[in-house]
Amino acid sequence: MNNYYLKRTGRAVLTLWVTVTVTFGLIRAIPGGPLEMLRARLVRQGVDPSRIDAIIQSRQEESQPIYVEYYEYMSSLLSGNLGESFYFREPVSNIITDALPWTVFVMVTATIILFAIAIVWGAIIAYKEGSTFDTVSSGLSILMSSIPFYVLGILFVVVFSYRFGVFPARYRTSPGVTASLSIPFVGNVLYHAALPIASIVITQVGLQTLAMRGNSIQVLGEDFVRVARLRGLPDRRIAVRYVGRNAILPMYTGFLTLIGFNLGGSVILEEIFTYTGIGYYMFEALINRDYPLMMGIFLVITTALVLSVYIADLTYGLVDPRVKSGDSSEAY
Amino acid sequence: MKPTESETGTEEEFSFGTTQSDVEVTTADRLRNFYREFIYKPGLVAWEDNRTRIGATILAVYVFIGTVGTWFYRAPTTNQSERSIQPFQTMEAPLGTTSSGEDVLAMAIHATPEMLIMILSGGIFATGLAVLIGTVAGYKGGTTDRILTTFSDVAMSIPGLPLIMVLAVVVSPERAVVIGILITINYWAGLARSIRSQVLTIREHSYVEASRTMGVSTPRILIKDVIPNIMPYVLVNFANAARYVVFASVGLYYLGILPTSVANWGIQLDNAYSQAGALSGGGTMYQLVVPMIAIMFLALGLILLAQGMDRVFNPRVRTRLAGESRGEAEDDEDNAAPTEVMT
Repeated sequence: MNNYYLKRTGRAVLTLWVTVTVTFGLIRAIPGGPLEMLRARLVRQGVDPSRIDAIIQSRQEESQPIYVEYYEYMSSLLSGNLGESFYFREPVSNIITDALPWTVFVMVTATIILFAIAIVWGAIIAYKEGSTFDTVSSGLSILMSSIPFYVLGILFVVVFSYRFGVFPARYRTSPGVTASLSIPFVGNVLYHAALPIASIVITQVGLQTLAMRGNSIQVLGEDFVRVARLRGLPDRRIAVRYVGRNAILPMYTGFLTLIGFNLGGSVILEEIFTYTGIGYYMFEALINRDYPLMMGIFLVITTALVLSVYIADLTYGLVDPRVKSGDSSEAY
Repeated sequence: MKPTESETGTEEEFSFGTTQSDVEVTTADRLRNFYREFIYKPGLVAWEDNRTRIGATILAVYVFIGTVGTWFYRAPTTNQSERSIQPFQTMEAPLGTTSSGEDVLAMAIHATPEMLIMILSGGIFATGLAVLIGTVAGYKGGTTDRILTTFSDVAMSIPGLPLIMVLAVVVSPERAVVIGILITINYWAGLARSIRSQVLTIREHSYVEASRTMGVSTPRILIKDVIPNIMPYVLVNFANAARYVVFASVGLYYLGILPTSVANWGIQLDNAYSQAGALSGGGTMYQLVVPMIAIMFLALGLILLAQGMDRVFNPRVRTRLAGESRGEAEDDEDNAAPTEVMT
């Protein structure tokens, strides 16, 4: 069992290393490369052309063999230095520490809400399998999942913000509201986050509900549930202890992976709502070809996903005691 | 087996692929066999489900629009009609025009072929690679398995959308086929993992063991004995991958990360949305709704198809409450011949 944890940790580290190496390679694969970026920036700043050539020249002479650059890139990353954003003229780590909590707040809240709804709804459907309620609910779930979250987001902004003006169309808080743990501030934050959260919940709850329905139906068909019924246990106890627990288990990993997936989706969502989380900055970085910021946020999102899957794997044994440790299979 | 089995499987129920290979089989025979096992039988069973029917019909409509429709309906150009016509005003532009005089319906129709190509290339790439890696890893076991599994684990842990975006900026692909592959660049990994775990149980089946002891080569065992078993699952996931391609590609076009040289619903959304903000809503709503409907129905068709097939093929969903499920489960185990698990 200890061996499994060791292996799993090794794999998480390996994944992060691969990602970092890929980003390192990508930055160098970009047409023009960092030196061209520097030239463009100097031109924008209105530096004299002959001086620019001189600067580029000196940098070129300075440029070291690729493994030295790689080593420096790695060591600066490990010390938390993600470089400086071309576009915002600020250290990338500053931008990320400012933006990340907001994105995490929106996505984690949305994912928790949608799983809560999916679990309850899916379980109820499973009990009434075959009824009209089942048909209507399943149909509705499918219909809701056929809308991409950003399409619903656009619709929300156009209808609720522009047409009726009941919800804000942009920003994390109203301008001038200072951060504090007071009720007006929290209310303001929730008010601004309501539409983004709603568009995630509504478009993603359907498939999770169907998954929960499938799991519950499967568990309801198991022998131990029938035995529990024969023993005359109260229905409530069977529903929660016997069926509910076992049906939720397979969804646990899905929950953490979905958070990670949504962090990636935040790029589109936050652009629509002009919600200045990491997704929004990632979008700005992509549009303005701001490579340090782009790669920095990419690394942060990857780390978040790797960590959440890692935690899911490590804790799954605690949630489900029946879990088999990584079995090594015989080779053919 | 399932109730439908008795209707569909009429003859040659127990003809294993391996015994047939001793007798001469013509290519036509093999093709016919392939058609019966892989297309006709599963198709017949899947067709029993209403969702499959609706899903398939929706997809057929899209294919029709994407092939014949683009032929009949004019291509969108600027100033082809009056500017900013509201929908249902003239027959010339039934769904209205944009502020630069482009026919909204024409834009939506002419974005379809590219989208279908993306779906196809992305779906084939994702499922093909997943089947290859999943079956080899699951069947071979040992070091091969460890290497392939680690590989797909690493690919799986990298977040899809940001990776695609970064790659799209670096590569800036123009062709629909390339975009489809780019979008599914790490989508296959999760699928490969679940195929692997299914193959782990399949490889212990007696017929696989029989083939192995007979000295049948590994690729042949994979193709003849293993892949037919996971085929339904792969088809379901093909539809899921296709839906992912639709969502991701439209999203990328919406953000303006992919080159805007080709027509796409995402570009339409982006234009309409930026105007909606400027004109404080209402007036340009129809320009948003048309591409939205196009995206939603395509996704709906794919989900229905996946769900419908899943219901038929997935024993987990098939299992019913109490008595009914027992009978089915027992039957399943009794005649688990490779040709039958298929249907």
